[in-house]
Amino acid sequence: MPVATIAGAEVQVDDEGFMTEYEEWNEDIAVALAANIGIELGESHWQVIKFLREDYKEQGETPMLRRVSNVGGVPTKQLFQLFPKKPAKKMSYIAGVPKPQGCV
Amino acid sequence: MKRLLVLGAGTAGTMVANKLRPRLDEREWNITLVDQNETHYYQPGFLFLPFGGYKREELEKPKRRFMPAGVDLVMGEIDLVEPDNNRVKLIDGTELPYDYLIIATGTHPTPEETPGLGEEGWRESIHEFYTIDGAEALANKLETWEGGKLVVNVIEMPIKCPVAPLEFIFLADAFFAERGMRDSVQLEYVTPLPGAFTKPVAARYLGNMLDERKISLEGDFFLERVDTDENKLVSYDEREVEYDLLVTIPVNMGAEYVGRSGLGDELRHVPVDKHNFLSTKHDNIFALGDAASLPTSKAGSVAHFAVDIFTENFIDYIHGRPMREQFDGHANCFIESGNGKGMLIDFNYDTEPLPGKYPLPGVGPFSLLQETESNHWGKLMFKWVYWNVLLTGKAMPIPALMSMAGKIREEVR
Repeated sequence: MPVATIAGAEVQVDDEGFMTEYEEWNEDIAVALAANIGIELGESHWQVIKFLREDYKEQGETPMLRRVSNVGGVPTKQLFQLFPKKPAKKMSYIAGVPKPQGCV
Repeated sequence: MKRLLVLGAGTAGTMVANKLRPRLDEREWNITLVDQNETHYYQPGFLFLPFGGYKREELEKPKRRFMPAGVDLVMGEIDLVEPDNNRVKLIDGTELPYDYLIIATGTHPTPEETPGLGEEGWRESIHEFYTIDGAEALANKLETWEGGKLVVNVIEMPIKCPVAPLEFIFLADAFFAERGMRDSVQLEYVTPLPGAFTKPVAARYLGNMLDERKISLEGDFFLERVDTDENKLVSYDEREVEYDLLVTIPVNMGAEYVGRSGLGDELRHVPVDKHNFLSTKHDNIFALGDAASLPTSKAGSVAHFAVDIFTENFIDYIHGRPMREQFDGHANCFIESGNGKGMLIDFNYDTEPLPGKYPLPGVGPFSLLQETESNHWGKLMFKWVYWNVLLTGKAMPIPALMSMAGKIREEVR
C-alpha cells in the first residue's frame, strides 16, 4: 500500500487515494483531502463527515446515500450540492472511510 | 420437538428446505415454510417475456410441487417477527414459534419509493419487467410500439439480477433490428453507477458492447423523480433525460414485515455475517438469498451457492460446533447479449469477473466475458436445471466456492 503525506502526516492510502487506516484520520487531513477535490468544508459538510465516521465505526461499513439521508439527517438533494456529482465517493474519501461497496 | 421456520418458499427457501430435510431427523425437527403465494415463478425468464421469448404459462409452477415430504407449508402473509419471543405472527392471527428462523423472503421492486412512478403513465409510457404482470404488459407495448426514444433506468443499487437491465437493452437492440425498425429507435442506458457495471474489467467489456450497438450511456445519474407531464427523468443534480418509453428498474426493497420487525437496513435487507449468513443481531436468525444484505449480486446463483455452504454450517451450529464453511460471495450469471449469443461472468467478494473458460479450465464449454452461442444455450438450458435440479436440492456439478482456475487476470487501464 502506498503512503502519502497529507497535512503533514504520513498516512496509508489505496490506489485511488482513499485512506485505509481509520485511526490515521484527523480533521486537518479532512480539510486537505477536501481541498484535493475542490471542496471547502462548511458546517453541513462536517455534519456528514462526522456521521460517516461514527456510522462506519458502529456498523463496520460505509453508509450508502439512502442511510446518510434517513439516519444521518442530510437530504440526498443536499448531499449532491455539498459533494457535487459523486457524493458517495467524495464524502467517504474526505471522511477517511472506505469507498462504499460497489453493489454488484 | 425443535422447530425450524423458513419465511419465504422462493428460490432460497425451497432449496434450503430440500437440503435440510434429509439432514434433520424428522422425530426431532419440524421444518415449516411460510409463503403468501402459491405460484413459483422462474424469474430469469421475465427478461425474455417482453420480446415474445416466453409465455406466462412457461414460467410458472405450483410451489407445493417442490416441497419435500415432511415439510409443512403454511400459506399466509407475515405480519411480524418477534425475536425476543422466538415467534412469528401472521396477518390472520396465526402464531408460529421457532427455535431457528431463516428469512428468505427476497427483495422486490418498489416503484412507490420514487416520485412519479406507479401513477400517471404506469404501464403506458412507463414499464418494468421484474414482475410477471409488468413483463407481460411490456410485451404488449413493444408489440405495437412505433419507435422513439427508449430509456432503461436503474434507480438505485442493489437490485436483483444486476445484469438484467443491460441484457434487456441488448435484447431490445436485437429485437428492433429484426423488426427492421432499429433506425427509428434511440436506446439510452441511465444508471447510478459510473459505467455499465460496477467492476472495472466487466464494465469495460460491457461498455464496449453498448458502444458497438449504438446504445448511449448516462452514468452517475441518481434519479430524484420522474416527470410524467414532460416524460423526463430528473436527477438530484438536476440533469434531465427525456424518454418516449421508459423501462424502469424500481428501487428494490425487502419484505415489509422485515422493516416492521426491526430486522432490516434502510432497504429492509437483513444485515448478516457475509461468510455464514447469521444475523448480526440475533443468534438464532439467518437470512438467505436476496433477503440478506451481502456485498455480492442478488441472484439465484448466489442463493444456490450460499445454501450449499449454509446447510453444512447449520448442522454444525445446532450441535454447538463452530461454523466451519466460509461463503466467499460466489456468483455466476449468464448475460444474454442478443442474436442468439450470450456471455458468462463468474466472481466473488474479492475477485471481479475476469475472462477465461468455465467450469473446466481451458475447455469450457462456457466462455467468460465473451459472447458465444454456447453461453446462450447454457442460459436457455438453465431453466430445466432450475426446476429439476436446483430447487429440489440435488447436487450441481459446480463447486460452491469460486475458483481462479481457467480465469485470466487482466490489467485495468
